[in-house]
Amino acid sequence: MNKTVFLGALTVAGLVAASASAATLDDVKERGTLNCGVVTGLAGFGAPDANGVWTGFDVAMCRAVAAAVLGDKDAVEFVPTTGQTRFTALASGEIDLLARNTTWTFSRDTDLKFDFIGVNYYDGQGFLIPKELGVASAKDLDGATVCIQTGTTTELNLADFFRINNISYEPVPIETNAEGQQQYLAGACDVYTTDASGLAATRATFEAPGDHVLLPEIISKEPLGPLVRHGDSEWADIARWTLNALISAEELGVSSSNVAELSAAPTDNPEVNRLLGTEGELGAMIGLDAGWAVAAISAGGNYGEIFEKNIGENTPIGLARGLNAQWTDGGLLYSPPFR
Amino acid sequence: MSAMTDPPKPAFRLSQLIYDTRYRSITIQVVALALIGWGIWWLVTNTIGNLAELGKDFDFGFLGQSAGYDINQMLIPYDNQDTHGRAALVGIANTLLVAVMGCITALVIGVLAGVARLSKNWVVNKLMAVYVEGFRNIPLLLWILLIHAVVSEALPQPNAFRGADPSASMLLGDSVALTGRGFYFPRIGFTNSLSGAEAVAPREGYTAVASGGLDWLVILGVLAVSLVGIKLIRNRASRIQESSGVRPTTWYTQLGLLIIPTGIVLTVLGATIVTPYLKGFNFTEGMFLRSALVSLWVALSLYTGAFIAETVRAGILSVSKGQAEAAAALGMQPGRTMSLVILPQAMRVIIPPLISQFLNLTKNSSLALAVGYMDVRATLGGITIAQTGRELEGMLLLGAFYLTLSLVISTAMNIYNNSTKLMER
Repeated sequence: MNKTVFLGALTVAGLVAASASAATLDDVKERGTLNCGVVTGLAGFGAPDANGVWTGFDVAMCRAVAAAVLGDKDAVEFVPTTGQTRFTALASGEIDLLARNTTWTFSRDTDLKFDFIGVNYYDGQGFLIPKELGVASAKDLDGATVCIQTGTTTELNLADFFRINNISYEPVPIETNAEGQQQYLAGACDVYTTDASGLAATRATFEAPGDHVLLPEIISKEPLGPLVRHGDSEWADIARWTLNALISAEELGVSSSNVAELSAAPTDNPEVNRLLGTEGELGAMIGLDAGWAVAAISAGGNYGEIFEKNIGENTPIGLARGLNAQWTDGGLLYSPPFR
Repeated sequence: MSAMTDPPKPAFRLSQLIYDTRYRSITIQVVALALIGWGIWWLVTNTIGNLAELGKDFDFGFLGQSAGYDINQMLIPYDNQDTHGRAALVGIANTLLVAVMGCITALVIGVLAGVARLSKNWVVNKLMAVYVEGFRNIPLLLWILLIHAVVSEALPQPNAFRGADPSASMLLGDSVALTGRGFYFPRIGFTNSLSGAEAVAPREGYTAVASGGLDWLVILGVLAVSLVGIKLIRNRASRIQESSGVRPTTWYTQLGLLIIPTGIVLTVLGATIVTPYLKGFNFTEGMFLRSALVSLWVALSLYTGAFIAETVRAGILSVSKGQAEAAAALGMQPGRTMSLVILPQAMRVIIPPLISQFLNLTKNSSLALAVGYMDVRATLGGITIAQTGRELEGMLLLGAFYLTLSLVISTAMNIYNNSTKLMER
């Protein structure tokens, strides 16, 4: 009996291991859901709302890919990951896509065997500090105790910044943003450092956000983007062009409110037609329906809509578009053409 | 009648492998061995196959690369430009520190609680029962988090000590500061340090001091020599007592030998007490015990102490009642009965389970990351893996480290066990 159970378990493990190595697109279609790695909770970027439904800027990326591939923006299994667990989760096949404000770096793209599919938020590392400490610059932080998420690029940037400026600090390692927030508010650290967008999102959830300031220094480049496993280029293409579709949609004026109308019949703009599948065979080229982009845009709107709804200036997070504006508006967002 | 024929020799049948007790055990062993072998082979080939599919190799070269991250508690010198291997060593030192501290306090707590639980005093007895059951039956992680929360939330932060009218103040004549970030104690500094390290004034207007490792070695060496001297004096006193029946009074020579040489060395080295004080964001100087270490240490000690208490109680109960009665009949005090008659005999029952409690404590220290204590699980098994993507290699190394440490501890304890067990023929 025990041996039977053991053999059964081995067989199941073998099947699971075998399926993890097949093409990701087929796996996702067969499973009927997309396994998407997200943060454990960061207001505006990825957190469950009062009804337990995941919402946020990164979450919207998961939903757009699910809509493009499966036609259903709710066919997503969200897997919360920490700075330490995210890469193992992706490498092991537990998740198909990691959309968790992860910085695109050389070694992650090459040595860690992942493929970044683009940048969905241009960020930089900042410092959050209580106003009452009267610190005006990050260079005045000599001897400060700093809360830092372990296993992140910010941890390395922090070490570099203090080394370059020849000042010292005491790191307090934390695992999740919630833990960092709790430690910071308890005064266990003087400063909390992570991506400036994350700091703004965290501060927005404080009881008295006005008592805390972001220091003017941005000490690093943090191009945040979704990523997939290296070696499955078809799946990487799908994720990459879903992101590009959202960015192009904003540039071309396609939004969640007019996408149904624009995709009903070919318009005067050939690029809009190609994007929305009313002209050409772009969907078939990446193994999806012709209406893949329509589904992706309908899921949460175009890039601009997603930004405004989750982290824009009218939300408690209150982030300006800044670098994340379209190239036509002086930002860095620039999607290759749909042709 | 006399012509007996041999019974026909039964031919070997395949079914005998299962139904014949002569062969069955061999069959079972062969099948089990084959299954285990197949399981291991499957695991290894599956790992190799999956690694190859991901395009990853199996390489420990990352240990030589620059780590790039900082560690707050360093028992050996470390800088963020040092290698991942050295970061792992820093973590190992931190693990060993909390494990050794935890084992000592857990043993003390466990023995006291175990003895007290057998007390005839109702209050003491029940109090210990509550302690043991409370700690034994609630997961360790919860205790660690709870104690850490109490330490870091209930105590004032360094900021509260600042200003003209601070809301918190230092204890014991401004020498000890208990903050939510950790405890600051005075330390000893040397004005004439032997270590050659540059002497720095702890604060403006104070004499410059250095805290050299060499100075401490000298002091400990002198202290050890003094202790050997004291032992010799005692032996001599015993010899005189045996021959003459009168023990000479030696306490003042012993005390002198203990204090005077060490005192002279301390004076020559110019030992001074350096008290912590508030500078910038934190207290500086003095000895710093991080709140993460304190809460992990306290939680591990109390949790394992509860298990040890039960072991000690069982050991004491295993010594027959007649022993205590015989000691009482000889006129021994209860305290001496416990320490001279009961506990030595209970030890042989206590030590084997005690080994596994020490091993448990050491392995449980890997929960350190929950409170941000940078042990080897946090450095090698956490940050290094996340930064280099070497999950398999890191986890294998981590497993090998804990295995080695556990084997070392149990070997040492087994040697001690062999030296204390009853000698039997």
